[in-house]
Amino acid sequence: MTSPAQPEQPARFFCRSYMAVVLMPEPPIVEWVAGIEQKLKGAGRFLVGAPVVLDLSSVKLSPSAIGHLVAELDHRGIRVMGLENTDPKAISGGLPPLVRPSKGVSVDLAAPKAPVPEPNRKPAALLLDEPVRSGQSVFFPDGDVTVLGSVGSGAEVVAGGSIHVYGTLRGRAMAGSSGNTQARIFCNRIEAELLAIDGYYLTAESMHAGLRDRPVQAWLEGNELKISALR
Amino acid sequence: MAKVVVITSGKGGVGKTTSTAALGAALAQLGQHVVVIDFDVGLRNLDLVMGAERRVVFDFINVTQGVAKLSQALIRDKRLDKLALLPASQTRDKDALTEEGVLNVITALRKMFDWIICDSPAGIERGATLAMRFADEAIIVTNPEVSSVRDSDRIIGILDAKMMRAERGERVKKHLLLTRFDQARAARGEMLNVDDVLEILSTSLLGIVPESEEVLRASNLGSPVTFNNPDSGPARAYFDAARRLMGEDIEMTIPTDKQSLLGKLFGRRAA
Repeated sequence: MTSPAQPEQPARFFCRSYMAVVLMPEPPIVEWVAGIEQKLKGAGRFLVGAPVVLDLSSVKLSPSAIGHLVAELDHRGIRVMGLENTDPKAISGGLPPLVRPSKGVSVDLAAPKAPVPEPNRKPAALLLDEPVRSGQSVFFPDGDVTVLGSVGSGAEVVAGGSIHVYGTLRGRAMAGSSGNTQARIFCNRIEAELLAIDGYYLTAESMHAGLRDRPVQAWLEGNELKISALR
Repeated sequence: MAKVVVITSGKGGVGKTTSTAALGAALAQLGQHVVVIDFDVGLRNLDLVMGAERRVVFDFINVTQGVAKLSQALIRDKRLDKLALLPASQTRDKDALTEEGVLNVITALRKMFDWIICDSPAGIERGATLAMRFADEAIIVTNPEVSSVRDSDRIIGILDAKMMRAERGERVKKHLLLTRFDQARAARGEMLNVDDVLEILSTSLLGIVPESEEVLRASNLGSPVTFNNPDSGPARAYFDAARRLMGEDIEMTIPTDKQSLLGKLFGRRAA
């Protein structure tokens, strides 16, 4: 006996990528929170409302201390959407979920491990021949992004590798987003709101005014983001 | 084959409704059958600018909900018999519009007119996205001013995401209409100049409408500027834009209001 054919009701799901900011609290926590507060008064305003993940690898906190820290950040407008690098047992109800457990903690997976598939050879560069418009966000963690047009004010480009903009860069460019310190940002004309490489950033106010409207490149030297004119 | 054109901008107050009325009238004056639709449900204005506010009985929402027939809601212009208006409702809000309802009305209008011009509300919410949803072409109205230009950039991105045509992977024609342009002020650097705007938006230019008191005068009289004073600078700019929309190749100029020598002298003295 077969049951009468039911019209299939496929559950719809969507894939969306979000660029999360990772904050890594360091002891002493009180001073670290004060530092964040200081940042929020200046260029760090972009943290407000952005998805934030707390990396707890540098601190050892009890569940109640984690709860307290999350509440303190929430009070300042920073919404923590996940935690990482902490003991799963330390996560109790009411706390944001664990995105990635701490290294060394074995996660017991009931299902046997699936064979690791051959890594797909993804193209390591993304080419955009249309301008990136205000409000649009391009996220390409796998490699370089090349924009033939301009990146509008209020638009953002996030790349795992370098970012090349052949038009004017007016929005934000974040290169080396997955920890690539060698990534660079190039643009034909800079009016950018923010440049970042591997998390080290420069805002419009902190860029040298003489570089405005010129072709430039930006790279990372140690912990410092450097910009210079290309010609 | 009818063409559906959305007139949009993101920012409010840049001249969408004025441009809808003027372009619609200009196309009708050039012999085309035109209907203009007011998508600004709850804040309707197009009927006023077209001088038809006392003739609104049924509206766009009534038609989408099947309360009235399309022929009952359409208002034929008294001056131009090839021009019609589908007014918005003033008493409802934008949620009263549904995608299906809009599609049905536009499909019916395609059989009756050459041009269907959709006057989008400001903003990037439901009303604006529904106005652009079924359009074949888009006209982005921009003032030579940074906030307007940035909003236009944003709306172009949204057009590429929300227009049915773009979703199907077809090319969407986008035109830029620069309004309230004052050449003297642009030359003094008090306004963005044409090249700045084109560089930022990288979209083809449909026309440059000069800042002129004729525009406000026409709006207050309830008569599109191309009809009210066809020789004025803005009217000639809208006629040129309408011809370009019809596919004619017309050299880009910035028409100015013709002034008598005395008028020029007075103008100088006042300034």
